[in-house]
This record gives sequence, C-alpha cells and structure tokens, in this order.
Amino acid sequence: MKTFTKISTLAAAAAISLTGLASAETIKIGVSYPTPTHAWAAGMNWHAEQAEKRLEALYPDVDLVLVNSPDPSAQASALEDLVSVHGIDALVVLPFESEPLTDPVLNVKKSGALITVVDRGLSQPGIEDIYVAGNNPELGRVSAVYMKGRLKSGDNIVVLRGIPTLIDNERFDAFMAEIEGSGINVLDHKHANWNRDDGFEVMQDFLSRFPDIDAVWAQDDDIAIGVVAALKQAGRDGDGMFVVGGAGMKETIKGIMDGNELVPVDVLYPPSMIATAMDVTVAAFKSNGPVAGRYILGATLIDQSNAASFYFPDSPF
Amino acid sequence: MTEPTQKKLTGLDFKTAGPAIALLLLCLVGFLLNPAFLSEGNITNLLTRSAFIGIIAVGATFVITAGGIDLSVGSMAAVIAGVMIIVMNSAVGTFGTGVTTVLIGCGCSIILGLGAGLINGLLTTKGKIEAFIVTLGTMGIFRSQVTYFADGGTLSLNYDIRGVYRPVYYDSFAGLPIPVWVFIVVAICGWLLLNRTAFGRYCTAIGSNESVAKYSAIKVDRVKTLTYVIQGLCVSLATIIYVPRLGSASSSTGVLWELEAIAAVIIGGTVLKGGYGRIGGTIMGALILTTIGNILNFTDMISNYLNGTMQGLIIIIAVWLQRGDWGRKHKDT
Repeated sequence: MKTFTKISTLAAAAAISLTGLASAETIKIGVSYPTPTHAWAAGMNWHAEQAEKRLEALYPDVDLVLVNSPDPSAQASALEDLVSVHGIDALVVLPFESEPLTDPVLNVKKSGALITVVDRGLSQPGIEDIYVAGNNPELGRVSAVYMKGRLKSGDNIVVLRGIPTLIDNERFDAFMAEIEGSGINVLDHKHANWNRDDGFEVMQDFLSRFPDIDAVWAQDDDIAIGVVAALKQAGRDGDGMFVVGGAGMKETIKGIMDGNELVPVDVLYPPSMIATAMDVTVAAFKSNGPVAGRYILGATLIDQSNAASFYFPDSPF
Repeated sequence: MTEPTQKKLTGLDFKTAGPAIALLLLCLVGFLLNPAFLSEGNITNLLTRSAFIGIIAVGATFVITAGGIDLSVGSMAAVIAGVMIIVMNSAVGTFGTGVTTVLIGCGCSIILGLGAGLINGLLTTKGKIEAFIVTLGTMGIFRSQVTYFADGGTLSLNYDIRGVYRPVYYDSFAGLPIPVWVFIVVAICGWLLLNRTAFGRYCTAIGSNESVAKYSAIKVDRVKTLTYVIQGLCVSLATIIYVPRLGSASSSTGVLWELEAIAAVIIGGTVLKGGYGRIGGTIMGALILTTIGNILNFTDMISNYLNGTMQGLIIIIAVWLQRGDWGRKHKDT
C-alpha cells in the first residue's frame, strides 16, 4: 500500500512537471507515413527516426511525434489523433494515396497547423505550405544522359519498368525523350514491378530473345539485382555491359564505392527525403529565413566520386 | 460410367489430354512469334522457373483433392526463406561457410514447412475452422512475420555461403538444372502417393464425400491434416531451391504464389471442390502458367498493360478445353 502511494505521488509529480514542460511553448510536430512494408519505406522509417533523434537533441523545445499507418483510412484516423490528442503545431505527411487523404489533411490545416507534404501530392492544390519530393522525370532523364555518355549510335539497350503507375510513366517517358535522336535502340520495355524475382525473369527472357544487348536500364535497384543475376547466369555480364538502377539502396551504393563495373552508377530517389521534410518544417519555427515553398530534390547521379555521402550502412535500405 | 466407352468412341480423351494440348498450342504460338522461344536456354529457363510453382502445386493437389484449400503457401515460402537466411547467416560463426551451414538451413526449412503445414491442418481438422479462413489467417501472419524479420526491408544471404549454395539453383545434372530434377522427383512421388497408395484413395474419398468417408472408417482428420503437412513440405522444398537464386527474401517474396499454385492445379483438371485430383495435369498447369509469362516477354505485340488479360484468357480457355462437353455431347444424345 505504501509503495502504491509512493508511486502515485511520483506519477502525480511527473504529470505536473509534464504539464509544466508543455506550457513552456513546446513545438509539437506530427510525422505521418505508411507502415513500412517494403525496403524503400523501411529506409524512410529509419531516416525519420534518425531525424527525430537529431532534431530533438538540437532543439529541446521541439517534440516530433512519429506515427505510421497500415492503410489510408488508418492514416486518416492517425491525423485526427495528432490534432486532438497531441495538439500539433505542424504536420509532416507522406500520404498513402492522394485522393482519400486530401480531406483529412485539410482538416489538420483548419486546426491552424503548418502542413508539409512529402513525395505524393494531394489532389487539391494550395493545402500544403511546404512540399518536398523526389523528381521522377529527372530520374529517367539523368539515367538516359548517362546511357548516352557510355554508348554510341547503334548500340542496343533494354528497359525494365516498375509497376504500371504514374511514377513509372513519368520516369519512362522522360528517359525515352532523352534517348530519342541518339541512335541508341531501345529493343523493348517490360514491367518488372520493382521486384527482384520479376527483374530476373524478364531479363532472362530478354537475353534469350535478343542476342546483342549493350546495356540495361532497370530503373530501380531491386530490379537491377535480378537483372545482374540473370546476366551472370547467361555469362553475358562482360564486354562492357552495364546496368543502371535507381533509388539508392545501400548495397548498390556500397558496390559503386567498391568499383563494381556491372552497376557503376545509381540515380538517387532517396527515402531520406522524409528527413529533409522534417528539417524544413522545424526550420519554419526556428529559422529567420522564409521556408514555405516547393522543394524538388535532385535525381543525383551517384558514382564512385560521391557515393560515400549517400551510404548509410545502418539503414535497412 | 460413360467415360470408358467415351474413350473408345473419340479415341482421344480430352479431359486428360486438355492441359497437354493447351501447352502444345502455347509452345507453337511462342515459336511462331519468335523461334528463339524453343532455344535450349529458354526451355531450361522455363522449366526451372516452373519448378517453384510446380512443386508447391503438387502439394496443393493433395489439399484440394481432399476438399481443402491452402491460401498461405506464398507467405509461407517467404517466411521460410527469411528464417532460412537468418539461420544460415548466424550459423556462419559456428559452422563456417561450408556445406554444413547450407544443410542446417535446408533442415530448418523442412522443419518449418512441416510445422506450418501441421498448424494449418490441425486448425482445420481439430479446430473445426474452414480451411479458407485458417489459411487466410496464416497467410497474413506469415507475410507480416517476414516483413518483421526483415525490418521492412530485405534479408540477404551472407556472400560466402551464397558461393556454396548457388549451384543448387544454377548448376545442371545430365543436362537439366537441379531445380528441374527436384521438380521431377516431387512430381513422381506425388503421382505414386495419389494414385498408388491407400492414402491417395482416402484423399479422393474425403474430397468426394467426407461423411461417407468417415463412416467407411477412414481417419478423416488425420488424412486431411497430412495433406496440409505434405503441402508444407512441398513449400519448404520449393524454398530450398528458391533461396540460392537471388539469395534474398523480403515482404514481396512469393506474392500471389498461392493463386498461381491453385490455378495450376485447376488448369490441370483437379476439381476445386475436391474428390478428383491429377498430378500430371497439375504439372502441365504449372508449365502453362510459366509459359504464358514467358511468351508475353517474347513479344511486343501486346501492350504491357494487357498482360493480365492474356493470362486470364488463356487460363479460362485451358480449363474450358477439358471441362467443355464438346466432342461428347452429340454422340451421347
């Protein structure tokens, strides 16, 4: 009984001190994103946690609340909780899908919070104060520029695409637009669904079908892993053959640092963009400069010279 | 009882030969589109690729023949692959990067497969829950387990073990890749078990009429549970030859394999509601499914977006070929 009283006194004291803290103008920022179910999202989760630690250590009066949700409706509820339970001053959100989350984000905005949207836009313009995203067309274009630098007119390439979506179309169309007129033949393009197994099988079939392939645009690091396995199986990984992926998977970056000739470069579409968004959002409260606006990150070409700065060995991606 | 006379009349039993005819037609189409379709390399790729779904589908033939269904096989393969990789990676410290570590991984795979099958089976028989619900549940459980083990990312096999394990997928014996040999052995064992043993007859009997089977002193629960255990074993064998291919497992491993396996079984002539099973047909079914994907990769005549349409059409036509009454109707009446 005695211990119980002690504990409850302690708890009461803690509660009082907590309220004391909260009243001292804590800046609460909610960060909402989908539950990581694939490698890229897992990387994003990791980078969000890293940014939370770093920013809270830097600014003791900033409190970041990370919430992940398994589906769009769960994310909508999570946004409501962030407003009603946590009373957030700002929201960083990577929406599951644009359409179903536009209204919930609008409601958060009505509560007076600053809105930062990451990676996927909302279906109504003007809701977000800050927008941070990767650049899909640029990813395609940068890959094509690299191909043009390595290949000459008359060389043959094959293209493995992702899941049929807007993102995939943007990347592919920009790639094809840049390749056009260079004399490089795109023999065929097939969907490999951003998946290693599909990458392996589609590449096997390309290899049986086309006796002369000089390079492969795999668009994505997971697909590229399957492509490399198929090339090695068929013994066609020599003669200057190379594969260009995309995203910035740590194993791929490590390979580039070690001078892998088969996958010599990578094009960045970083999961760490969530950290950028969190930084900018905190800056909105801390910086003396204006921060509202649209931040489109570059699709940097990663080669041996700059790979080290994109290598995060502890991240799951 | 009309079937034997039917055979004599037409000279060709479409019910049995249907899947084989469909496969031959597909191969012909593939060859006409691109002669490289019949190149040795492509045929080997095709057979090796079919091995995963084929081996799993042999197990599914037993489950479905006995009137059950297993939706968890794809997720089960993913979680077994994941745990195998974790176990092998951590065994490197004690057992080195030799064959022992690989054998430990394979043993672990078989134990997990048998265990997972047993759980599905017991929940269905002793737990008296419909197989659809049990395996829908375990499907979700296994899938999220592998996501959890991989921390949302990808589990990768230690590079040194990969060197030792790699030949299991990539090497050949007597001109055929090892996965194809595994597929052949599993298929022969499955055929013998279903067609030449009491257990096979019990499966068919239970699938036809469970109550009658029970009154005929067949240990229904035990036989049904065993079909899920066989399914689990088949999944673990498929995983053992899958892991050395890319040496990794993630939450996207084995997605929709359950539907492909069930489709292979049904295309092969096994009846979805149970009571009639055909291992030979299942193998044709698995080959047909892989061949469709392969042919679609060999042509740019069809929009990529319509791949699913082509697959759907061919599956329906293949089943219609052997279910349709054509060639029989007129003679019967």
